[in-house]
Amino acid sequence: MMEVRFSGFGGQGIVRCALITGKAISLYDNKFATMTQSFGPEARGGACSSQLVVSESRVLYPYVTVPGVLVALSQEAYNLYEPELGNGGILIVEQDLVKQKPDTGRVQVFPVPATRFAEELGNRLFANLVVIGFFAAVTKCVTPDAVKKALPELVPGRFLKANIQAFDKGYSYGNEIMAAKSGASVMADAMSEGVE
Amino acid sequence: MVRKVKADPKGVLEGPHFMDGDHALAEGALAAGCRFFAGYPITPSTETAERFAERCPEAGGLFIQMEDEIASITALIGGAWGGQKVMTVTSGPGFSLMMENIGLACMTETPMVIANVQRGGPSTGLPTLTAQQEMMQVRWGSHGDYRVIALVPDSPQECFDLAIEAFNLSETYRTPVFIMTDETVGHMHEKVVIPPASEIEVVERNWYTGPKDQYKPYKFGAENHMPGPMVKVGDGYRFHVTGLVHDERGYPQATVEAGKINITHIIEKIDSNADKIIRFEADQLEGAEVVVVSYGITSRIAIKAVMDARKQGIKTGNFRMITAWPFPEKQIREIASKVKAIVVPEINYGQMVREVERVAGGRCKVISVNSTGGAVHDPSEILAAIKEGRS
Repeated sequence: MMEVRFSGFGGQGIVRCALITGKAISLYDNKFATMTQSFGPEARGGACSSQLVVSESRVLYPYVTVPGVLVALSQEAYNLYEPELGNGGILIVEQDLVKQKPDTGRVQVFPVPATRFAEELGNRLFANLVVIGFFAAVTKCVTPDAVKKALPELVPGRFLKANIQAFDKGYSYGNEIMAAKSGASVMADAMSEGVE
Repeated sequence: MVRKVKADPKGVLEGPHFMDGDHALAEGALAAGCRFFAGYPITPSTETAERFAERCPEAGGLFIQMEDEIASITALIGGAWGGQKVMTVTSGPGFSLMMENIGLACMTETPMVIANVQRGGPSTGLPTLTAQQEMMQVRWGSHGDYRVIALVPDSPQECFDLAIEAFNLSETYRTPVFIMTDETVGHMHEKVVIPPASEIEVVERNWYTGPKDQYKPYKFGAENHMPGPMVKVGDGYRFHVTGLVHDERGYPQATVEAGKINITHIIEKIDSNADKIIRFEADQLEGAEVVVVSYGITSRIAIKAVMDARKQGIKTGNFRMITAWPFPEKQIREIASKVKAIVVPEINYGQMVREVERVAGGRCKVISVNSTGGAVHDPSEILAAIKEGRS
């Protein structure tokens, strides 16, 4: 079982990140995914968060307890959620927007310039797809095919191609980073005990 | 007479979806043939209304945003007598506003489906946070003696499935049927598979087809107290619909005798068919020392605790109510006669546990794992109660 939290500020497509990933996993990767999101006053401004619980069997407890993966796209989200990330967990940060604490080796950090990549592709709104691509490469939690199948109903048709490009950009960048780490499995520590 | 037909494909969004429970409710209603929705938006149920409003033009339906929840429930009564399958959705405060006319719907035997996406109360309470605090209100909230049917989904998929079931029950028994979901299930996205229309069975309204001058809107004393057929406003039938105690013609009869016949009917049509209505899931009850009885989202948390208890060698059974009302008395009574304890977790300060205690009648310990609402349980709280029950 894998618990994932996507976080950032409103407008970065945080909820959409979990929707796309959750749909991809549960409809096209043949696994179970339950997605929840921060809702109500706590979701306005400031730190916005969405949660995904992924499992080989039916998800029972729907919320994240000790996330194995944290995606933090803003400083406030990083400050708020980094402490709850499990030891050995995977931390994906937007490197141009998040100033990190000194690395103590508690978690595995994967920085990505998602917004900059998206701007190079023409619009910073695609940053969340760069992140999903990067996330897919690092965590292997979702396959690229599944994400591409999930996209059409979840992004505006005229931006579908650009979103796929953004995903590919993040995915290939993630693969480069992983290759540099010479294939070490980053997932083992990020997995939590599954429910049969 | 219960007549089942295949669903109208216009309302069926066939295929696998990644959908939240609120949206799945609207899709289930459309698949069941609901073509009239009157409601007033309230967190956390608004998404159901939005979805229905968005989808109903293509299915050939009508959505009205009413001025409040009192108007919404009243519009449903009119819509149903106008010939439609009807639905509304609300939450806490809106549910309270609907109470009087829920009684009118029960008294006039008007089929309808009312979903309550429960949030924390009382009053405006915790609008954005989950709860299961209206489990008794749904049963007793309107004045007078009556019965209701209430279903409790534990997932978006079950929101879809039980919406269809709710409409089928409401047409079969000519009565309001409630779907008591909650904020967590309402806003949680999961895979929802909508089957093709040809695989969805819906109960058609029992239409009257006899001579116009012989129509009676009510039928009392039939086999199993099954209700009589309905007609549609404007089709030339003469009928009378009133909240007063009435005879089979619908005319007010302010007598003890008429009340006995009328009220017995609206109670017995549910009570004497309870075995056919009640649905539940049971797992490893045989030989169990402790059984956890739960419903809705809490049952998913409960399974986790049950599995943890089994790992620790405690023989633990699991009983999930899908139908909360009518209450599964026979099943709970049987469990109570065989176990040391029944554990009842719920996101309220102890509601359905009272019913469990009543039915258990002192045959076993009954342990309430309650809360003041706003969040699902931590499975360890339920596990602790299981251990307490065993000792």
